[in-house]
Amino acid sequence: MELQKFNYDNKLSRLFLFATVFWGLIGMLVGLTIAFELIFPHLSSGISWLSYGRIRPLHTNAVIFAFVGNGMFTGIYYSTPRLLKTSMYSELLGKIHFWGWQLIIVAAAITLPLGITVSKEYAELEWPIDIAIALVWVVFGLNLIMTMVKRRVQHIYVAIWFYIATFVTVAVLHIVNSINIPVSLFKSYPVYAGIQDALVQWWYGHNAVAFFLTTPYLGLMYYFVPKAANRPIYSYKLSIIHFWALIFLYIWAGPHHLLYSALPDWAQALGVVFSIMLIAPSWGGMINGLLTLRGAWDKVRESPVLKMFVVGITAYGMSTFEGPMLSLKSVNALSHFTDWTIAHVHIGALGWNGMITFGMIYWLVPRLFDTKLFSVKLANAHFWLATTGMLFFAVPLYFAGFTQSLMWKEFTAEGYLKYPNFIETVVQILPMYYLRAFGGTLYITGVIIMMVNVLKTVKSGKFVEKEEDQAPALQIHGEDKGHRFIESKPILFTILSLVAILIGGIVEFVPMFMVKNNVPTISSVQPYTPLELEGRDIYIREGCYTCHSQMIRPFRSEVERYGDYTKAGETVYDHPFQFGSKRTGPDLAREGVKTGPIYKPDSWHYNHFMDPQKMVAQSIMPPYPWIIKNSLNTGSTAKKIKVMQTLGVPYPEGYADKAVEDLKKQAAGIAQGLRDGGIDVADDKEVIALIAYIQRLGTDIHKK
Amino acid sequence: MKIVTKTLEGIADIQIFPIIGLIIFFIMFVALLFFVSRLTKNQIDEFSHLPLDDESDLSNEKIDSFNK
Repeated sequence: MELQKFNYDNKLSRLFLFATVFWGLIGMLVGLTIAFELIFPHLSSGISWLSYGRIRPLHTNAVIFAFVGNGMFTGIYYSTPRLLKTSMYSELLGKIHFWGWQLIIVAAAITLPLGITVSKEYAELEWPIDIAIALVWVVFGLNLIMTMVKRRVQHIYVAIWFYIATFVTVAVLHIVNSINIPVSLFKSYPVYAGIQDALVQWWYGHNAVAFFLTTPYLGLMYYFVPKAANRPIYSYKLSIIHFWALIFLYIWAGPHHLLYSALPDWAQALGVVFSIMLIAPSWGGMINGLLTLRGAWDKVRESPVLKMFVVGITAYGMSTFEGPMLSLKSVNALSHFTDWTIAHVHIGALGWNGMITFGMIYWLVPRLFDTKLFSVKLANAHFWLATTGMLFFAVPLYFAGFTQSLMWKEFTAEGYLKYPNFIETVVQILPMYYLRAFGGTLYITGVIIMMVNVLKTVKSGKFVEKEEDQAPALQIHGEDKGHRFIESKPILFTILSLVAILIGGIVEFVPMFMVKNNVPTISSVQPYTPLELEGRDIYIREGCYTCHSQMIRPFRSEVERYGDYTKAGETVYDHPFQFGSKRTGPDLAREGVKTGPIYKPDSWHYNHFMDPQKMVAQSIMPPYPWIIKNSLNTGSTAKKIKVMQTLGVPYPEGYADKAVEDLKKQAAGIAQGLRDGGIDVADDKEVIALIAYIQRLGTDIHKK
Repeated sequence: MKIVTKTLEGIADIQIFPIIGLIIFFIMFVALLFFVSRLTKNQIDEFSHLPLDDESDLSNEKIDSFNK
């Protein structure tokens, strides 16, 4: 058989690798900044674009899409051509992909601190950036699939299946969750509302974890672990089952983010059952990865690459065991809204994604630059800093999570909440926040050491732009049946993966949107007034949802603390929903209920926004002086009402024209009330709108 | 919200989609286990060695020797 010669182009892997290191450092530094902001609330010193609520989304987006995203592309552009024995389909598409992705990251890094956000976690970016993401993603997928088409091997190795599943699923998730109606270039409302928006969002959010942070990295594991250990994967049969089981099951589990919420019970149960089933394929993958090192454990001692892979895969096993446990309703009742979740995701991000990325980088850089690693000692130091950093980060937060949750739930013998004041539970766990920041510092120190090591290695070597290889042309054998047949047809394979991931979504979404009983109507629930709507948009802009939930679960401890539990019918005009996922501060779902346990007058809120510590001495909330100072922009109020009408919010016909007038009337009333109390404030300030919104929260069902 | 419900209602017989989905789900798993069980040892060996048999692997030893 004649051998054909071809080249592997290393330029894209190099670009993505540098981007991974760079954005990784940035994303983690932003993370460290917000960790410190939680300890020193005045750190942002009244600068809006440095405030916690605005840059927390920047941290999550940077780590997920910039660090892990570029990390996965580094590995994909390196391994795909080598596994398929061909060059990539198009270098140009690869370049468009690279530069397009970096531009999107830059756009995110600018818009998020400016408060331009949809407020759906890990999908905060506004619609023009969403469209750019979709386009760049298609460029990536096209390049990947066409490379499969022109391959020289018959069998497509399992790593590439994971890449394909990543491409297909992320495309579907991104598009479905980002369907918004624009108000302007920088503002849009999702078509879904309230509990339905929450279901779509957490279907997305959960599967972003599955198909952005997990499947591509499993693909990398299936390639780089055998490479680094120089032995084949432990069980290839297991990898086939692992793949299909994982992508079939993952997609159903989203509702476990909404346990005890207003989501119908059947949907919650579905989420729990599939989460438990997920242990099987997840651990199948972990075992497959770890056992690949059977007989090679002596190498693990010497090689920092293998060490990192072992800790990474172990962290994957731990967090995929913890995930299903957290989705048990009884555990979730305790863990949800606490720092436990933060600890859990960081075992995944710092352990699994971080360690696999670092291991891959230490393995790749010497090969790309045809030299040896500058210092194995420094790499080992990085390994220890990363491992201890991760533990110092996560372990204190586990304690913080249990402690705070138990305090929230504790009653006295007389039947009163033992800690009725939320701040008591915050003060109790502050030492843990210090330790978390310490852990983060260790971890970042490791990354900086890696940067030095990589730069030194790069300098000592010479970049290998192209590597030559040879293989016979592809010959399709006639006798292929069954799974081999599917594997040999890349397009068919892609379509089947798509079907696999669509099923779970359809089973959850169709009944949720079609069956009226799932969201019982409450007649007293009315659309927001224009002023409240504007106030709500400020709430969204400032990322209040990053610290305050709006979802009172049906527990005695929560009803006692916050008021009546949240009902699905109360959220029908909430485009987007604002349930939140973390209570760094108290829940706000019934903040406006005058007879409720947490009601505060307008003047309290005004002073609290200006200087939270003046009202609650130990508060860790940052001040919001710009909301006090800025005038409310009513330029798009009418348009916002119109968009809401398009979405089915029942404002009267032609109300948009009267909206600003109504807004001013309501604002004047609130401002006058404040002035009567001795606060010098004009009618047109943003704070008035925000107060209007907050005083509206949860009041509808109390109307007679 | 109405906007989504209305769109979905426009899809003919959409109520049956979840049921079809469940059926595919189960068939797929049974078929998968069946196919995997029929793979031969040779095939498995061939597939699992795919990452390891490229030319650039020569440099593996080189780099390992560097690191010693």
